Amino acid sequence: MKISTKAARRRAIGGRCLAAMTGAAALAGCVQIETPDKPIEINLNINIRQEIVYRLDGDAKKLIEENSGIF
Amino acid sequence: MMNKRMWKPAGLAMAAVAATAAVTLAVSPANAQRDPAYEAARTAGQIGEQPDGYLGFVSTPTPAVRDIVNDINIKRKAAYTSGAPQGSTVEQFAFVTGCNLIAKTKPGEKYKAPDGTWRTRDAGAPVRDSRCP
Repeated sequence: MKISTKAARRRAIGGRCLAAMTGAAALAGCVQIETPDKPIEINLNINIRQEIVYRLDGDAKKLIEENSGIF
Repeated sequence: MMNKRMWKPAGLAMAAVAATAAVTLAVSPANAQRDPAYEAARTAGQIGEQPDGYLGFVSTPTPAVRDIVNDINIKRKAAYTSGAPQGSTVEQFAFVTGCNLIAKTKPGEKYKAPDGTWRTRDAGAPVRDSRCP
């Protein structure tokens, strides 16, 4: 009887631990924007790149126009 | 009297300087027309525009064509270097200019696609880097 109680307690503790861990995992999942870090980073890079590209486009056109001998 | 005698050689020298300056002005600036030999090599498809903003050889060039292209690429590099706006690199500015140069190729001229193959520009849009504006 005592043994089974101990086992039950252990199981209960184990369960609580599991719940806590699941909770922690869930919490980590919420905070962890790091998991989808890669695609986000790639999108960001593309945005930055496009921004630079569009910003440079006018200057590039002007450069070609003003130096038509070498383009 | 002395002045008059001095004037002639001095005047000739001045004229020579002026003539040299005029010739230099007419030939050297990058904003002049394309060199006919450069234009011919483009039209013949011996050289083409690359996505990096520089000219490349489609086929093994003659020494004359090689010299023309090397000279133009050096001048382009100088133009990209002095023209790159604040916050951008020379490579980025050259790349965006290359996008424009490929877009400006005339049908029959060559350009390098993002996969590295040389293509002949036709009536349609050229195959360019996806980041091109």
